[in-house]
Amino acid sequence: MEKSKVDLSLLDGVLDEYAEVKGSLITILQHTQDIYGYLPKEAIELISERTGIATSEIMGVGTFYTQFRFEPVGKYLIMLCQGTACHVNSSELILQTIKDELDIEDGQTTEDGLFSLKCVACLGCCSLSPVMMINEDTYGSLTPDKTKKILKELREAAQ
Amino acid sequence: MRIVIGQGSCGIAAGAEKVRKALQNAGITADISVTGCIGMCWLEPIVDIYDDENKLTRLVKVSENDAEAIASFVDSGDISSVEKLVVSDEDSEFLSKQTRIALRNCGIINPEKIDAYIEADGYTALKKALSMTPEEVIDVIKTSGLAGRGGAGFPTWFKWNAARQSAGEEKYLICNADEGDPGAFMDRAVIESDPHNLIEGMLIGAYAIGAKHAVVYVRAEYPLAIKRLKNAIAQAEDKGIIGENIFGSGFSCDFTIKAGAGAFVCGEETALIESLEGHRGMPRLKPPFPAQSGFWRKPSNINNVETFANVAWIINNGGEAFAAMGTEGSKGTKVFAVTGKVKRSGLVEIPMGKTLRDVIFDIGGGMKTDKPFKAVQMGGPSGGCIPASLIDTVIDYKALGATGAIMGSGGMVVMDESTCMVGMAKFFLDFTAKESCGKCIHCRIGTKRMLEMLERITNGEGKEGDIELLEELCYSIKDGALCGLGQTAPNPVLTTIKYFRDEYEAHIKDKKCPAGECSALIEYKIITEKCVGCTRCAKNCPVNAISGTVKLPHVIDTDKCIKCGKCFQNCKFGAIVKE
Repeated sequence: MEKSKVDLSLLDGVLDEYAEVKGSLITILQHTQDIYGYLPKEAIELISERTGIATSEIMGVGTFYTQFRFEPVGKYLIMLCQGTACHVNSSELILQTIKDELDIEDGQTTEDGLFSLKCVACLGCCSLSPVMMINEDTYGSLTPDKTKKILKELREAAQ
Repeated sequence: MRIVIGQGSCGIAAGAEKVRKALQNAGITADISVTGCIGMCWLEPIVDIYDDENKLTRLVKVSENDAEAIASFVDSGDISSVEKLVVSDEDSEFLSKQTRIALRNCGIINPEKIDAYIEADGYTALKKALSMTPEEVIDVIKTSGLAGRGGAGFPTWFKWNAARQSAGEEKYLICNADEGDPGAFMDRAVIESDPHNLIEGMLIGAYAIGAKHAVVYVRAEYPLAIKRLKNAIAQAEDKGIIGENIFGSGFSCDFTIKAGAGAFVCGEETALIESLEGHRGMPRLKPPFPAQSGFWRKPSNINNVETFANVAWIINNGGEAFAAMGTEGSKGTKVFAVTGKVKRSGLVEIPMGKTLRDVIFDIGGGMKTDKPFKAVQMGGPSGGCIPASLIDTVIDYKALGATGAIMGSGGMVVMDESTCMVGMAKFFLDFTAKESCGKCIHCRIGTKRMLEMLERITNGEGKEGDIELLEELCYSIKDGALCGLGQTAPNPVLTTIKYFRDEYEAHIKDKKCPAGECSALIEYKIITEKCVGCTRCAKNCPVNAISGTVKLPHVIDTDKCIKCGKCFQNCKFGAIVKE
């Protein structure tokens, strides 16, 4: 992404509130990701400047937790649950279906920028397994056909 | 009449919000409100209709298309329009066979209104506790025998007492709501369905240890839980239940929520504290224990959500009443998240001392597939698989520990014959290898090496002596790892070797996967007699490995086949088998 596209002024509010509060690094990073969809390099540099925490340490924290991303994601972020109940109820089939339909691997984004796929830890909706979340919505009791249908509908909705 | 819709995360995912909107648009005059998780997750969305005498009609698997039928029932009282939606007597037993303490308000009260909790005797236990001395409160908890519900089962009073005895004015009470065990969701359900119960339990705990600050560390993957907890805290602050001089007792306590960022190891209490302080969640060396030096190096006490959810009930009903339930060494009730291949999956709270059979078969209704029960996984990545032969094991910390599994936080994933146990061990090692924080060598490298061996075995490249080597590695990791994550990471491997050694041997010696799950070890075949020649399999095969003429039996070229299983999933005649 070009540097000019990251509007750092959006971070002012967050940094004014938390920069001086000790122990707030994770909170600041969460807000940053909410704003940009990922953690842009420029934002990390600004956070370092304002909090006095070294960029190396910020990266250390950012890479430790699965929530944080360092690349932009697509319009729809598919989070496929990898929990035990989903595993037992064949989530592997759903993963394969998504990979085939979108032609991407875990952690990648489709060329048109529409879908990103991320395998995540248990979403806690085990009774509906296999489960995925797309942005804020949860989809349960998935089958390969149902998954294809959901992806198709989202693709159509985006056009 | 009033209508209550179950809107926990599961309910909403199943379509409860759509149902609520449809009911509102159907012109129903009765009051429509929300409640949290009823626990009958396999029947979601659930709509409860109470008549003027508070008699309940429970409708299940409701869709937005049923709104008019429901409206007609509400108007006329004539049940015929919704008869097919009424929960069966058999399914109702799922709840009637339970004893609910931690979940007592879940799925009954409105989690977004503090008055609903107060009407259900909410905050009376806090008032009572504040009229006692902190030592008396700890004594009641000691009598109750309450033990930590997060996994380790450590006596709660002991931790409270240690934090109480610790020198220092500034202390912290922390709730671990970083429910990381895949397959467990009771903590999410408690926060989403009865957040004030958690707050009340925490305030009582804070008073007992002398803390003025309470912190809840919640998983970021639980947005609804965070939203409802925030709302509940704000309401409690408005009523003066959180803040300065609570109920005029002189006791003050503030509340903060911290969202976790996705790291299983943060379930370990010192790693959780590191994360709360904004660092990488890597465990600290113990001692010192958090009770002496925890959050910001101040005395801190950490308990899990379900533990706190029992506290208010214990204060109101007395430690003896809680201790009257359960076994010699395990008191009270425990909540289980029963999932997997079980017919009725959901939340089950029962007194300790019941058996696994009671939960899986009597309450859970047995298997949902036609395949026999094989094993139940308990305790997530720190636990193990308990085989069908031990189905009568009593639910008790010691008895479950003796099987090689653990009580854990209460995830119970039920498996049938189609689940490969070596594959299950691989699944958990893949998880722990990824989630290992990397601080100690035994865990960081040991889990990786175990995973590599399991991958080899499931790929048909197992060697004589692999099982023994795995066992040796398991024991050295158990001995050498720094924290609970590493020390328990070998459990899934050890228990599957202990109870399913023949499956490991089949993978290694015969290069076969008896469950038919490991793709490298199976072959797909078409049963000529069953194949009608519909060509569906051939059309779906990504590598053109299937040939045949229309209306005549097809054949799979096993040299070309990549074992993706697409033909197997797509065949409508059961003509394709895995061998």
